[in-house]
Amino acid sequence: MVVTSPTVGVLALQGAFREHGRMLSGLGAEVREVRLAAQLQGLDALVIPGGESTTMGKLMKSNGLTEPLRRFAVDHPVLGSCAGLIMLSRRTAEGSQPLLGAMDITVRRNAFGRQLHSFEGPVQLRLPGRPAVTFPGVFIRSPWVEQTGPGVETIATYEDRIVGVRQGNLMGVAFHPELTDDNRIHRYFLELVAEAPRSNTVETEVA
Amino acid sequence: MKEIGTLKVKTGLAEMLKGGVIMDVTNAEQAKVAEDAGAVAVMALERVPADIRADGGVARMADPEKIMEIQETVSIPVMAKARIGHFVEAQVLQALEVDYIDESEVLTPADDANHIDKWAFDVPFVCGALNLGEALRRVGEGAAMIRTKGEAGTGNVVEAVRHMRTIMGQVRWLGGLEESELFRAAKELQAPYELVRWVAENGKLPVVNFSAGGLATPADAALMMQLGAEGVFVGSGIFKSEDPSGRAKAMVEAVTHFEDPEILARVSRGLKSAMVGLEIGTLGAENLIQNRGW
Repeated sequence: MVVTSPTVGVLALQGAFREHGRMLSGLGAEVREVRLAAQLQGLDALVIPGGESTTMGKLMKSNGLTEPLRRFAVDHPVLGSCAGLIMLSRRTAEGSQPLLGAMDITVRRNAFGRQLHSFEGPVQLRLPGRPAVTFPGVFIRSPWVEQTGPGVETIATYEDRIVGVRQGNLMGVAFHPELTDDNRIHRYFLELVAEAPRSNTVETEVA
Repeated sequence: MKEIGTLKVKTGLAEMLKGGVIMDVTNAEQAKVAEDAGAVAVMALERVPADIRADGGVARMADPEKIMEIQETVSIPVMAKARIGHFVEAQVLQALEVDYIDESEVLTPADDANHIDKWAFDVPFVCGALNLGEALRRVGEGAAMIRTKGEAGTGNVVEAVRHMRTIMGQVRWLGGLEESELFRAAKELQAPYELVRWVAENGKLPVVNFSAGGLATPADAALMMQLGAEGVFVGSGIFKSEDPSGRAKAMVEAVTHFEDPEILARVSRGLKSAMVGLEIGTLGAENLIQNRGW
């Protein structure tokens, strides 16, 4: 079997998209920035970065990205961090804002408090099929996951809070692995991408 | 072990604001308009720079009551301005739990020699800079984010362009020097040697750099992004225009799609009047806000 490097999009509407891109290309992925629906064509997976979730949600809507992103998340791996986790969630504890609703979770925004309470601390990471390890958690006005539906696995906790989840090919973390030198979460995500069936909705590579 | 106020979480919030627009607001209603338009953060202040310029007098930190109203109204980060060197205003703002403090030349300086020791705070600071030396002095004092100063309250982007080009040009210049020349460069820039060396090695500022001061249109915002800004501050440009909400939304789109002229053309259409601009040359050097800061 020939191993080809996956093409991973990074949603680049706003936020720390370059940092995710750097980490993914360091692991051998082909990275593309996504600002318009047409740019989802040909991608094997997508990362939704940290940023301001209200800003991102509005830009998704005004740029006609909400429905295409929802459809993309049905049959492609997606990783969200912080605001990206919020965008993937079905609902927030505080109520209405535009979300993709791809993961059956409820998140609480700014759950740890304002910036004064942003912190670094050890996350317990339990990626499926691997031993539990400690991961350097960088939490910046971060959300946490308040409720998970059936089919959602907890993959990361900080103290007694859920800060990382996986549902099939969708992964979300409340912290910022892209701001560290630790690429274990991105590496695991790329393994999910490698194992995922290449979607037949992607047509651009057909000659 | 949990650590707050680390350099990583201070600079990290600025990283999360990249590609966004931070809007000056003076009350909760304006803050709501800004949030609804897609601002990544709001900057709470008593008067927008255009009014400070017009009214004169001493400009100080905003009333805590106003800041708290704004914090209760929006879920996005709330920043607030403290006077240069006024570390007690900064202590008050930290006690209010604002998300970022702007030690700002737009307010009347409280100290004509020293800036705030920003390492003494857990809340991060953003500071203005005209050139690389000033930017690195502020980073040396603990600033976690820089914004080029421009000339606030004028609606004239020429100074913002000058300052961004100056900083980017100086970064490129450092990159071309030999290691043995960096000591003299640090002396010329009047900046800490270690930071000068970092910039020379990495080809960029050690913290996120936004543009500010005189941006009035979506094209102004995209211009600054193409020149290397990582996001923009808009002060008077929004709430001194005829249609603040429409203009605010257009500026947000322009910063996301700064390299796409077709989208810039679409979002620039039908915005009604921009703020009235001022010709910098008519102001006189003593009225330039950008010269405050040492």
